[in-house]
Amino acid sequence: MYRYDEFDQEFVDQRIAQFSDQVRRRLKGELNEDQFKPLRLMNGVYLQLHAYMLRVCVPYGTLNSRQMRKLAHIARTYDRGYGHFTTRQNIQFNWPKLSDVPAILKELAEVEMHAIQTSGNCIRNTTADHLAGAADDEIADPRPYAEIIRQWSSLHPEFTFLPRKFKFAITGAPHDRAAIQVHDIGMQIVRSEAGDLGFKVYVGGGQGRTPLVAKLVRDFLPEEDLIAYSEAILRVYNRYGRRDNKYKARIKILVHETGIDELRGDIEAEFEKIRHGVLQLPADEVRRIETYFALPPLDPAATSARFDAKSAGNPAFAAWAERNVHPHKVTGHASVTISLKPIGGVPGDASAEQMEAVADIAETFSFDELRVSHEQNLILPHVRLDDLDKVHDALVAADLAEGNAGLITDIIACPGLDYCALANARSIPIAQEISERFGNAERQRAIGDLKIKISGCINACGHHHVGHIGILGVEKKGEELYQLTLGGSADETTSIGAIIGRGFAGDRIVDAVETVVETYLKLRANDNETFLAAYRRVGDAPFKEALYGTA
Amino acid sequence: MTDTQANDIYRDGRFLADGWTYLADDDPVPADGAVFLSLSRFLADLAVLRGRNAPTGVVVEAGEDVRSIADEFAHVAAVAVAFPKFTDGRGYSTARILREDLGFDGEIRAVGDVLIDQIALMRRCGIDAFAVSHAPTRAALEAGHVPRVDHYYQPAGRADEVPTGTRPWLRRPA
Ligand code: SF4
Repeated sequence: MYRYDEFDQEFVDQRIAQFSDQVRRRLKGELNEDQFKPLRLMNGVYLQLHAYMLRVCVPYGTLNSRQMRKLAHIARTYDRGYGHFTTRQNIQFNWPKLSDVPAILKELAEVEMHAIQTSGNCIRNTTADHLAGAADDEIADPRPYAEIIRQWSSLHPEFTFLPRKFKFAITGAPHDRAAIQVHDIGMQIVRSEAGDLGFKVYVGGGQGRTPLVAKLVRDFLPEEDLIAYSEAILRVYNRYGRRDNKYKARIKILVHETGIDELRGDIEAEFEKIRHGVLQLPADEVRRIETYFALPPLDPAATSARFDAKSAGNPAFAAWAERNVHPHKVTGHASVTISLKPIGGVPGDASAEQMEAVADIAETFSFDELRVSHEQNLILPHVRLDDLDKVHDALVAADLAEGNAGLITDIIACPGLDYCALANARSIPIAQEISERFGNAERQRAIGDLKIKISGCINACGHHHVGHIGILGVEKKGEELYQLTLGGSADETTSIGAIIGRGFAGDRIVDAVETVVETYLKLRANDNETFLAAYRRVGDAPFKEALYGTA
Repeated sequence: MTDTQANDIYRDGRFLADGWTYLADDDPVPADGAVFLSLSRFLADLAVLRGRNAPTGVVVEAGEDVRSIADEFAHVAAVAVAFPKFTDGRGYSTARILREDLGFDGEIRAVGDVLIDQIALMRRCGIDAFAVSHAPTRAALEAGHVPRVDHYYQPAGRADEVPTGTRPWLRRPA
């Protein structure tokens, strides 16, 4: 993974000194909350319902065991003993004191971490495929490019006060696990006919109250132009993005209102002015950055005899492996999902003890590497098949062995009314109740791949628009109500879910989800037809009828 | 806000008396003296202004296209880039386009909501003078206390920044 050199370390240290000074001035009253707000947001400090929240950046979701142990230490020392992994592959701490934040940032800097640009109207953490560098279907590892974007966007002098926040996502595989089409800029690594690496560039995807699928702005962007083109897009957005209404300020609205063809013209014109200048990426420098992300020394002769024997002899292990183990580009190896979705638990939460257990496992079995997935799970990217049973045993001991990756209880949920000042409704308790309802292992498996995503308000932090089943908390006459959307998806066939009908009260929503699931089970063409495929085949009607009757 | 009404300008590390006057669109343009005009008035009165023998400046509001005066730099001594609110970052693009794309080499000043925490960013974008009314910002500038990070991850086309470190895109102040 990327290693700081002197420059990077000094940069982070200076930034901490700067922010510590800002906190000091705020506590002294030299800055009022209005003036402090954009500054603290630039550094990941939010004011929530009950307390400040600190969001720590995990660049493109990659971290090592030392960093994970530091996160555990921070959870224990400055928070209430746990942290929450987010859909942006970051981690947030819900209960720090503002006066402790400078000390937390210093601790983070010791392990090459920071909270820079994890909030605010600036360029946020670039997210990437959580199986990057390991997946058997990838063209190239997206993380070196994500790292280059991270560097370029760090305290960018021109793009620090954008109309609204700005999110990049990048995938190196044709099967999109990074939801690139619902990001402000989505990049997909492709090879040209001549064999050169480059990107398909999408722009203007997003969720929130106006969910839009990104538009393709460029078929093939040469590798060397990654930053120049990004700068061109950002400049056009900074100048022309709407600033009169924060709900219309994301680039998706600019794309929608201007039209992709006209906007492409503006972007290309800006690009032409700068493409041959200082922003051009030298290929040898890209190759050098790539070496930080080189595949660890995996043994290509690794066998799977032990794995096969253990699978045959231990049904619990086999069942877990069937869901949570993913193909690796090197034979005899796999990537592993560590589910942060225990039945009835809070999606994405991990205790300090669990973080430490995961750090130990990564150190012993995964070349010290860990990932955070945007689905709020953790990943061990490089594990020998024949070590999987030992990994499983260790996960069982840490209460982290739920074999539900991609199943109905692998739910994404935003913090909702339990933490968030903007929420209309609770998300976490609904997720917990659904998880309990469908928690039976056989039942989940029989249902198969099904992504449920829950947001506590229309800001859609829980990605409900792209859930196969989406749940949105709304408020009606002082009551929490939940709207169901069906048919959303965030992969290479991205679609926005359609609202199925009027909402359900908090004590009815889980029944409604169950009705949808039972309807699907009855109508699916065969056991292998997923919920999404079935929904796309039959449409709304059978689900509407089951939920609301024919009248 | 605890602002003082100042008619000075912060430039080259200190506050100096400002010799410029900002004219409203219906004020007559005097023959002498340095005056700032709105962009629309500047374009409308170009024929007259081209013959003026005193410095003329243009105020570019957020949202106005600075490229519209690109052919008239011979008659533009200074540009005032407006920041209506410090959270409105359009002026940063305006300044960089002026300096880096259009090659404007006169004074670029920031006017409006100019606060201490943005001054380092404004400088990197090519702004070299600051009209500051916010009292704590004035105090901090006078004390020479400008918070900044002087390790830059991106080139910004300034002559006073030089390459540093191992990566070709890194910069630091000269
Ligand atoms: S979706 Fe709404 S309720 Fe949930 S975290 Fe985002 S803003 Fe808060």
